[in-house]
Amino acid sequence: MNNNKIESIEIDLLLEAVFRRYGYDFRSYARASIERRTRQFMSGAGCSSVSEMIPKVLHDKEFFSRLARYFSISVTEMFRDPFVYRAVREKVVPLLRTWPHFKIWHAGSATGEEVYSLAIVLKEEGVYDRATIYATDFNDDALERAREGIYEVSKMKEATRNYQQAGGKASFSEYLHARYDAVAMSGSLKERITFANHNLAVDEAFGEMHLVFSRNVLIYFNRELQNRVLELFTNSLVRGGFLCLGTKEDLRFTDVNNRYDVVDGKAKIYRKKSVP
Amino acid sequence: MRVSGKRHVPGETDYKAVVIGGSAGGVEALNVILSALSENFALPVLVVQHLHPSDDGSFALHIARNTKLSVVEPIDKALIECGHVYTAPANYHMLVERDGTIGLSVDERVNWSRPSIDVLFESAALVWGESLIAVILSGANADGAKGICSVKKAGGFTIAQDPASAETRVMPQAAIDTGAVDKALRPEEIGQLLAGLGMRGNM
Repeated sequence: MNNNKIESIEIDLLLEAVFRRYGYDFRSYARASIERRTRQFMSGAGCSSVSEMIPKVLHDKEFFSRLARYFSISVTEMFRDPFVYRAVREKVVPLLRTWPHFKIWHAGSATGEEVYSLAIVLKEEGVYDRATIYATDFNDDALERAREGIYEVSKMKEATRNYQQAGGKASFSEYLHARYDAVAMSGSLKERITFANHNLAVDEAFGEMHLVFSRNVLIYFNRELQNRVLELFTNSLVRGGFLCLGTKEDLRFTDVNNRYDVVDGKAKIYRKKSVP
Repeated sequence: MRVSGKRHVPGETDYKAVVIGGSAGGVEALNVILSALSENFALPVLVVQHLHPSDDGSFALHIARNTKLSVVEPIDKALIECGHVYTAPANYHMLVERDGTIGLSVDERVNWSRPSIDVLFESAALVWGESLIAVILSGANADGAKGICSVKKAGGFTIAQDPASAETRVMPQAAIDTGAVDKALRPEEIGQLLAGLGMRGNM
């Protein structure tokens, strides 16, 4: 047996230890990425083998916390893929408008950039006050940063460009307050957003959503967990509700494919069929 | 990092896949290589070319014009098929899963790059080991140098574009400097070599 195969066993044992000790389930994550992160964390932690990390994870909570944070790092940006926000504005908002009140679940909101982007679109379309937005993530650090809504100034140039490409109707700076070398998102964007911890791998559905927004979250899961999570999304949506995935994620070849119509194939926007 | 391993003798192994990484000047070399492969070429080819983050698949379309193979910009979990060329989408890392599918990720940039050549090569080396051919083309940074070491350590066959033939020599030179490159060749030679190693019937 070669070293790669032995290391793969070690990683299985590490993930099993994490799950049984702390209840965090990374066993169903996309394997190549989680292996890469394990190896990177290992060299940073000064361990010479994955096996060496197992007793540390079991007996040292702080070590586990660092590992879990490392596993759950997510990278995002304001108005990532601007054409998606344009499609939401043009194809989803007109239908959300037909409900007197609607609910949005942003699953895997990470550090919050995209939930504020969505809030800006709703503001500019005049429907923000009718919305309730749930932004969830299983990483408490990320949730806290999302709640604060403070971002580096250096990222705002690209954010502004994205905002304009996404069909922004005002000046992006109207939504920001400058704070030294950072910017804070305007408080008015936060009024309708509730930030909450939710773990897609183990927790249950949220009820009666009109839009589930979950981009570049499924790609971190294996097929089995993807199907579990898509089932959860489907059960959370009202009939005629919308699902928006990452641009390289797709419902084809998944268990829920026949329960949706395609609204925008490029922006990966789907609509749950009225008849199950 | 310097890697010494046993010299890989091309043709002694049944190859299963080719991975190619390029940056500045890499597209031209890639076109030359892919145009040398016939529709009978029996290996999948996975390509990371550093792109502008806003590229929306135009790179894949450009590549498709110069090859007889089918070029695909994959979605996540796409099945890797023989005789297809897979180009990593802008802003995503592309990895190989052990079940023969493609995994995409938006993890942080590696070597200031997403997609990163190291990320593709390292994951491919784990899956295909000595049955992998890895090629580093023209480019202005050192992405791919660590990846080529991983391929070499796993017993794969490693090729760099001859820096003298590269528009930007930094990247192939960085790979060669690790000691992990089996052959440095011009793009036409790489194309011919791959065409021979990946022909149906040689498998």
